[in-house]
Amino acid sequence: MVTKLKVILTLCFVKIKKIMLAVKKKKSMKEIMTVYYMEAKTAKLSGKKVAWITSGGPVEPLIAMDIIPVYPENHGAMIGASKMGVDLCEKAEEMGYSRDLCSYARSDISCATVNGGPIGGLPKPDMLICCNNICGTVLKWYEIQARYYEVPLFILDTPFCHTEYSEEAKKYVRRQIEEYIAFLEEVCGRKMNYEKMDKVGRLSVEGQRLWQAVLDTATNSPSPITAFDAFFHLALIVTLRGTRIAVDYYKNLLEEMYQKVDKGIGAIPNEHYRLLWDNLPIWYRLRWLSNKFADYGASLVADTYTTAWCGTLKYIDVDNFLDSMAEAYSRIYLNIGIDEMAKNVIEMIDKYNVDGFVIHSNRSCKPYSLGQYDIQKIVQRERDIPCLVIEADMVDERNFSESQIATRIEAFMEMIKEQKGSWSRNSNYTE
Amino acid sequence: MDVLTEFYEILNDPYAYGQTCRDEKKKKVIGYFCSYTPEEIISAAGAHPMRLFGTRGEIALADQHLQAYSCSLVRGALEEVLNGRLDFLDGTVFPHTCDSIQRLSDVWRLNTNFRFFADIVLPVKLDTDSAKEYMVDVLRKFKRDLKKGLNCRISDEDLNEAIATYNKIRDHLKVIYGLRSKNPGIITGGDVYSIVKVSMIMDRNDLVKKLPELIENLKTRNVSEDRRDRKRVALVGSICDQPDIYSIIEKSGGVVVWDDLCTGSRYFEGIIEIDGDPIVSIAKRYIERQICPAKHVSLTARGDHLVAMANEHDIQGFIFLLLKFCEPHAFDYPYMKEYLEKENIPSMLLEIEDQLPAEGQLLTRFETFMHMF
Repeated sequence: MVTKLKVILTLCFVKIKKIMLAVKKKKSMKEIMTVYYMEAKTAKLSGKKVAWITSGGPVEPLIAMDIIPVYPENHGAMIGASKMGVDLCEKAEEMGYSRDLCSYARSDISCATVNGGPIGGLPKPDMLICCNNICGTVLKWYEIQARYYEVPLFILDTPFCHTEYSEEAKKYVRRQIEEYIAFLEEVCGRKMNYEKMDKVGRLSVEGQRLWQAVLDTATNSPSPITAFDAFFHLALIVTLRGTRIAVDYYKNLLEEMYQKVDKGIGAIPNEHYRLLWDNLPIWYRLRWLSNKFADYGASLVADTYTTAWCGTLKYIDVDNFLDSMAEAYSRIYLNIGIDEMAKNVIEMIDKYNVDGFVIHSNRSCKPYSLGQYDIQKIVQRERDIPCLVIEADMVDERNFSESQIATRIEAFMEMIKEQKGSWSRNSNYTE
Repeated sequence: MDVLTEFYEILNDPYAYGQTCRDEKKKKVIGYFCSYTPEEIISAAGAHPMRLFGTRGEIALADQHLQAYSCSLVRGALEEVLNGRLDFLDGTVFPHTCDSIQRLSDVWRLNTNFRFFADIVLPVKLDTDSAKEYMVDVLRKFKRDLKKGLNCRISDEDLNEAIATYNKIRDHLKVIYGLRSKNPGIITGGDVYSIVKVSMIMDRNDLVKKLPELIENLKTRNVSEDRRDRKRVALVGSICDQPDIYSIIEKSGGVVVWDDLCTGSRYFEGIIEIDGDPIVSIAKRYIERQICPAKHVSLTARGDHLVAMANEHDIQGFIFLLLKFCEPHAFDYPYMKEYLEKENIPSMLLEIEDQLPAEGQLLTRFETFMHMF
């Protein structure tokens, strides 16, 4: 039995190598992600360790230590996009988890016990890295998985920056970066190679700059990219940040976007209106929403979500990556006060020349959603653009009312049309 | 006047009491929501710390700021401040706990205009040296914020004096819990809850004198009804501002003898050393005290605590009170339930939105539970 398993695993491993070679030429998202997950799933064979890490956590030390990072949140997104969320969420509810809890957490927790979902479950972790810069939910979620898998858990505690990144917090987070590396060294039984860490840091910054550049192409009109595209291309800056693979991928993508811009090709056929999206995607209705807005000639040119993986570049010193990343990871969009979030939103409205603000009020994500109404008020006061609130959930389809949302979108687009008034391109749209 | 009657008078209108503290005692009143609030520092500043709860009224104004999927504490508290009922406050302090309180702090800061406002961004983990040092650092920062915001001085003597008062209060509350656990007949659960609640509202210098009187009275009290044969249960959860729950449990054949509640044992557990740097001592209590599930000390700290509690206080069953939308507690529930099952200790879950379910229905549920053991 064991021998048979070994043969299968070896075959898988050979296949991975082959695909990896192929990827060097093609580099499609699907292939990169397939290789990535296969490599993670056969990590035992290659002797590599697997760490589960939160989406906002510092992955760079893992890459430098040759540890394979795995993202339960990315997995949650895949579960949502493949419409397997309700089934897994219900399973978690049977296990005693309240339906009001985060649907990423619910689906991941139940998936671990049945190896379900689109990829038959995630590879078993050797360690868990939980950074609470995105929410307090991840702390509870990772505690549950640490008990389930009986593996060590490292918590990187990034104090919330309501109005400031205090001196006290700075000292605390910086010390934890050292503790983080010591933890990895202990679990792996070897030392960190700081030269490699430096290289990974540089690649991470390069990747983030490229990702920002990709998103910035949306300042063009028509925009060559929508938030829906960004949700798709996001996977690598989350999972493979700090690697050459991500850098190469975004270089190609940026090139592609520039070509579209040169040719005046928009992401949607008739871009008349430009919108900004707030919060996580509604993974199981991406296409529906994308088409719905496109029908009105509305392009969601930017969003607050995908910029989270490059939004703190201003705090990073590439020559002093580890020190500066402490601050960068502490000051991400979800770890700041809502007045500062509103400031970011207004900057994006101006930067991307946006006509309307679409707010996904996401039952699963309280740090992202509570406070949105105040952000909306600030935006309306400062920029006087229509805002739409969509009540939904990122993975749990039971919280999505299609007809109600369609009606709201219609009313919202009417308002935008009115506000734009005699906008010259409006006449084209009514044709 | 009987001590308990006096307590109930205060609880009948805590806001009027707060106003009196301000007008007559000339104290600044600082509102708070969480058992991680360093009340000692507030008292040492000559101010009056007063715990705030949700609302008894309808929620209307808060709906303009918070989604319906926030808990009733967060929405209710915001409602109270927006409709002006908390105008007697001089300020508010928000220790960091869960995601909802974290955002309530932002919404509060942007929509109210009190003289004083502070976040105390406490560490989330309490089990490492750097987190322990950070805890001390943020408490020192809060002391600075308070001195600046209230324009006052806070000496180590002031702090030690306040700590001594709070130590006495905590000790008295623990004695009351102990007396009830030993002889549940001497006082109702509703009364015990009200004593803990008033302890977070009343002027602590007055309170500390009243509690011993109450304890003496309890010690000599004749047991009107013997509750010793009842099923001994404990409540587990965040806040439970529902005094009626105790009498319904009592009607169902049970009696609450202990708890793990933010408005219960977590409030009074742990004594602060009066030796050395008072801020370090205050931090030490938070590090060592039983945690709220928004904090981390180990993977099984809360489960172990329940099992230890069951042994120490001879608890036959646990009732988990889950405030709807309270994530830290909801995440812990399945494992804690399982943890208790391994020890053959039964438990039940009761989800509460803003009010208790109808009494008849609740009574049936409790009766069914009490028959399990």
